[in-house]
Amino acid sequence: MESALDQRFGLNRRVTLPGPLKLDGGVLLSPLDIGYETYGTLAADGGNAILVCHALTGDQHVAGDHPVTGKPGWWTRMIGPGKPIDPARHFVICANVLGSCMGSSGPATINPATDKPWGMSFPVITIRDMVRAQAMLLDHLGVARLQAVVGGSMGGMQVLSWAATYPERVEAAVVLASTARHSAQNIAFHEVGRQAIMADPAWRGGEYYGATPPAAGLAVARMAAHITYLSEAGLTEKFGRRLQAREAKSFGFDADFQVESYLRHQGLTFSDRFDANAYLYITRALDYFDLAEEHGGVLANAFRDSKARFCIVSFDTDWLYPTRDSRAIVHALNAAGARASFVELSSPFGHDAFLLESPELNRVIDGFLRAGQ
Amino acid sequence: MHAVSPPLTPPASGRGTLRSDLAVIARNVAPGTRVLDVGCGDGALMAALRDSAGVDARGLELDPTNVAAAMERGLSVVQGDADIDLADYPDNSFDYAILSQTLQTTRHPDRVLEHLLRIGGRAFVSFPNFAHWRVRASLLWGGRMPVTQLLPVAWYATPNIHHVTIDDFRSFVRERDIAVEGSWFLSKGRPTSASAANFRAEHAVFLLRR
Repeated sequence: MESALDQRFGLNRRVTLPGPLKLDGGVLLSPLDIGYETYGTLAADGGNAILVCHALTGDQHVAGDHPVTGKPGWWTRMIGPGKPIDPARHFVICANVLGSCMGSSGPATINPATDKPWGMSFPVITIRDMVRAQAMLLDHLGVARLQAVVGGSMGGMQVLSWAATYPERVEAAVVLASTARHSAQNIAFHEVGRQAIMADPAWRGGEYYGATPPAAGLAVARMAAHITYLSEAGLTEKFGRRLQAREAKSFGFDADFQVESYLRHQGLTFSDRFDANAYLYITRALDYFDLAEEHGGVLANAFRDSKARFCIVSFDTDWLYPTRDSRAIVHALNAAGARASFVELSSPFGHDAFLLESPELNRVIDGFLRAGQ
Repeated sequence: MHAVSPPLTPPASGRGTLRSDLAVIARNVAPGTRVLDVGCGDGALMAALRDSAGVDARGLELDPTNVAAAMERGLSVVQGDADIDLADYPDNSFDYAILSQTLQTTRHPDRVLEHLLRIGGRAFVSFPNFAHWRVRASLLWGGRMPVTQLLPVAWYATPNIHHVTIDDFRSFVRERDIAVEGSWFLSKGRPTSASAANFRAEHAVFLLRR
């Protein structure tokens, strides 16, 4: 267990790398903070490393307990003893994305040039910038190649970007409930969220650190986004038009309906744990994402140099990144001659299905990962 | 949407035992080649080709349960529709394209065949023979659409929308200048002669080349 003594590896790690990281926007960022966790032991030949990429508001606490909420990691259904990604076999790495607020450089961190939080002077970042930052972390950890890169939603975009940006470092790629391009509708929903944050008087141009944060605006942003993560059938089944803790409509604007109360709760708890400016930056990165555009407008070109095996999974009730988005990726992979698998799984839970209990998803990913061994 | 599954012949009795038409194909695919199995079901043929002949096999299958089962076996399978998705595969990207017991379920069997010959250097095609004597007898004496072991589903539920006979297929490939490199005719899993195949064979396997 030599690696257990290595301070690079383990839970709740944070490293400051000298950089510089050259961003797509042209800025050189240095130094570069990255919050991360690792699980399991890196094999002597380095061949068992799996990078897990988190979604928009996720974090590096993928399989360990969250230090703030005390809750188990967000993907313990997929990662753990006897699970498809098993720290007994795999060396698992999960890093907080660039621009976020859980230990990686972002608008809430201190700009060394001014000794004040970056706020809105933090450079605008892209999905590919996040991936480049992760690659710097892997260099620091001594991980040259990845047995697999795995992620859902925004995590899936990072996986695609990994395969395109570092084809020689990726042996297998798992892309769940994701897309190669943010659609106009995706951008539209994000713009609603960003405008809600910026319309909150507490936002103050992003200069709210040390003062009251724009919690109301961030909560509204989360409420709008949260609807896109669920399905109409799922919402109807869970809430219908049932009233919340009352017998009759109030003929007012309290949360009469259970679904209203639920969304308000989701919004409030989110604003307790997330930074509003980070939400602006990360949603912008998502909106800018168009992998084909980065490769001459032809998505297949993104995968020309990749020798990786790909596993693409969509869910039939996901309307945020619907199955046709996954099919577009699969068509490009086929055109590039890549080894691609794709399946649309059935679930009532919409986009969030990739995070929830799904024996079928686990079996598919287990089979896919084992096939590479 | 038509269905590639359920299988049109009884499933193999266990893992390692291939349906008779698949066994013919498995014996005739050269080791170490690249194969696209269109309508690959749960990947039984692909797994056999991979495990016994080191074949780099990819699959296309409509039914998600079958796709998931094949992926659990560690196979590369894409959920998709032969009528639509074959267009995405580049020319000559495989040594063989395989279409087993699927041709008769496609909306445009002629276009599907052209894609197979474009994508693979060679194409294996197997299908149930609608001119088998049992089928003829059912129609002639009973006046009813046949429900046989090879065509096990009633007329309203069958995925088979383009019934084809061995002689139909022979004239089809002749008209299109498609070369037949091999043909196998099976009745109850056993070979039967080419001359009486249209009457006696339950199903046929053709190896084609453009």
